[in-house]
Amino acid sequence: MAEETAKQTPAAAESSAASQAVSVAPGPHVFGGSFTTRRMMIDVLIGLAPVLAASIWIFRLYAVKQIAICVGSCLIFEALLTAARRRPCSVGDFSAVVTGLILAFSLPGTAPWYVGVIGSAAAIGIGKFIFGGLGHNIFNPAMLGRAFVMLAFTTALAAPGYRDENATLKIITQATPMTAFQQEKKVALLSDLFWGTTNGSLGETSAIACLIGGLYLCLRRTASWEIPAAAILTAVAIGGAIQLTSPGSPWTVLHDLCGGALLLGAFFIATDPVTSPLTPRGKVVFGIGIGALVMMMRRVSSYPEGVMFSVLIMNAFTPLINRWTIPRPVGGRV
Amino acid sequence: MSESPIALDKRRPGSIYETNMSPTAIDDLRGIRTFARGVHPPSLKHLAREVPVEVLPSPGAVTVPLLQHTGAPCEPLVKPKQAVTLGQKIGSSETFISAAVHASIAGVVQMGSVATLPNGRHVRTIPIQADGQQLAGKALWEDVFGGDWLTDAAGRFEPSAIVQSVREAGVVGLGGAAFPTHVKITPNPKKPVDTLLVNGCECEPYLTADYRLMLEAPGPIVAGAMLAAHACGAGRLVLAVEDDKQAAAEAMEKAAKGTLLKVVVVKTKYPMGGERQLVLAVLKREVPTGGLPLDVGVVVMNVGTAAAVARAVLRGKPLTHRIVSVTGRGVAIPKNLLVPIGVSYGELIQYCGGLTPQAARVLAGGPMMGQAVPALSAPVTKGTSGVVVLTEEDVRQVQETSCVRCGRCVDVCPLRLVPTKIALASRHKDWDLARRYYVTACCECGCCAYVCPARIPLTQLIRVGKAHLPKN
Repeated sequence: MAEETAKQTPAAAESSAASQAVSVAPGPHVFGGSFTTRRMMIDVLIGLAPVLAASIWIFRLYAVKQIAICVGSCLIFEALLTAARRRPCSVGDFSAVVTGLILAFSLPGTAPWYVGVIGSAAAIGIGKFIFGGLGHNIFNPAMLGRAFVMLAFTTALAAPGYRDENATLKIITQATPMTAFQQEKKVALLSDLFWGTTNGSLGETSAIACLIGGLYLCLRRTASWEIPAAAILTAVAIGGAIQLTSPGSPWTVLHDLCGGALLLGAFFIATDPVTSPLTPRGKVVFGIGIGALVMMMRRVSSYPEGVMFSVLIMNAFTPLINRWTIPRPVGGRV
Repeated sequence: MSESPIALDKRRPGSIYETNMSPTAIDDLRGIRTFARGVHPPSLKHLAREVPVEVLPSPGAVTVPLLQHTGAPCEPLVKPKQAVTLGQKIGSSETFISAAVHASIAGVVQMGSVATLPNGRHVRTIPIQADGQQLAGKALWEDVFGGDWLTDAAGRFEPSAIVQSVREAGVVGLGGAAFPTHVKITPNPKKPVDTLLVNGCECEPYLTADYRLMLEAPGPIVAGAMLAAHACGAGRLVLAVEDDKQAAAEAMEKAAKGTLLKVVVVKTKYPMGGERQLVLAVLKREVPTGGLPLDVGVVVMNVGTAAAVARAVLRGKPLTHRIVSVTGRGVAIPKNLLVPIGVSYGELIQYCGGLTPQAARVLAGGPMMGQAVPALSAPVTKGTSGVVVLTEEDVRQVQETSCVRCGRCVDVCPLRLVPTKIALASRHKDWDLARRYYVTACCECGCCAYVCPARIPLTQLIRVGKAHLPKN
């Protein structure tokens, strides 16, 4: 047996190691990359970029004006309200920009400037701050803002409000495809609906832009794919059933899919994480509800479009859906 | 090998849960196995994985804690100024769920003191000042891991004799939880065991202690696994290794040739080494919430523990030394060391070249579940598998923001829980909400806090919630 006597005393060992300060904190001590909430919002903005591009290309100055007003107002109101609450200004997390953009995309280009401003005030003030700021709101802020102005300025935002006979831009002189179908039974060209060369809210017209941006968000896991998948499949199922019961009608399920704000709503509005359920099963239920309500509003109600109300109604159900879809833990429930 | 009848009673009267496994399921253990969800932190094992185990030069003193295991603390058996030899039992307890402690160096017992372990507990300790000739260097390695390890000797021992030897030797789980091993392998007639699962996964980033043990001393692992299986009555032995440790898998396969031990490769994922996830991945059985792998007929054992079992039964030697991986970017020269239990953290770091200027946090264990060491004079215990020193850049804190319910924590939780809701309930002391989301099921693996974009300390909130949960 080889033998050795002790070489160094522990005191000498510690004196050199102990002279450096180390921090103490509970684990885990490492984090998965630099993905923050702000980065998630920037991702959403990147996903909205195709819609933004399509909107400006189709609506020109109307789009630029409305988007600038809405985004600017949202930022200003967020800054004012965080100052009023004596909190650090949260403008830097880009959530106000996202709210402003989505609000602008859901408004017509013809709406006067005060509609955008008041809508933004309602969206940020009532939709977010009354509840406690980002992460605490129950309803989608942009949709809440739009609901507010829809009720406050009915003429500007009703179906006739979209159409301005004297506009210089030709597209604004037409009715929106959903209104045209509901009232005049006029069926728009599917290619128009797909590429977006029709009248409508600023962001809803171009199906291809919504698809590109939406798929980007789903692949990046910024938006849960379950919600748009469930919403679109439900809408297609109901639309398909309707089409089968009225054969020969030129309005097909694809018209329902590409026309109106279904794709914009499914990919960008319904997927707002704060106001949608947490669990995969809950998200599917949420998506099914959105799809069903949108189709019901389009067919049964007097509104030509129902995405906004569908989202708000399903937002109200989110806490209940969360409670009903608590997943079974591995190992069983206790 | 004794054959145990595989008759697992799934629905015991009064049981509040049903287990959904079939006893003969997955007898075909081919292919790479995994479980759902989990995270993939950067492995960073390259810092120490190619460093062969070095024997730490014998320290001048050790501080042996009387509680370094799950269970009741030991009572000291020696008095100050008493001379002790290497391996002498210096503390024991009459309680079944406890483990004896032994002197890890030869020397003189000092006045008992109290040490604070990294988990925050204050434990009584027995300090020993080294005196006289010490077993060290290559001789110590040979004594602990060297020589021939008979893998077919299991049948020569009675199961009760194996359990008694393991108890005498103070062997506890070396994977981190430090559960007394003799309790684990004592056969329970109400809960028969059909599989012994040896855990060689080491899923935590940075740590390489188990990897080096499998490469350099596979013999005792196989021998210990055979003995443990014989003691608990398991008819099947499986050793699980992650697929980023191919060399270790091959070494273990070579050592296990001709025995009943089967080496299974599992996908590299955190927390694959957690016993619930490992049982699910390898055997497709769900350990019941609030239960143990024993409830589904499985005993899970770390590779280091298996080696200690072999040493205890075949050579009658107690657990006095273990391999510790001293690594991380905050230590000058990362190494894998064979150290005596009770040596201070400072001594280990000193031997590895000391802390670098950027060192900011010293962890006992890995970066996911390890605990920060506040004082480097704290002693290394039986459950310390690694010392990871992180730099300022690694532990940089970002401002915590509001939860936006993005669901990423739900996406990664290996136990399919909703961490954000449990953390919210803990924060507001809403115990009904916490129970509704199964707070007690959480295994504190840290996956949720690892991915949270809002940097909410989810794991810590859940931990605190579990601690404050009223008993009813």
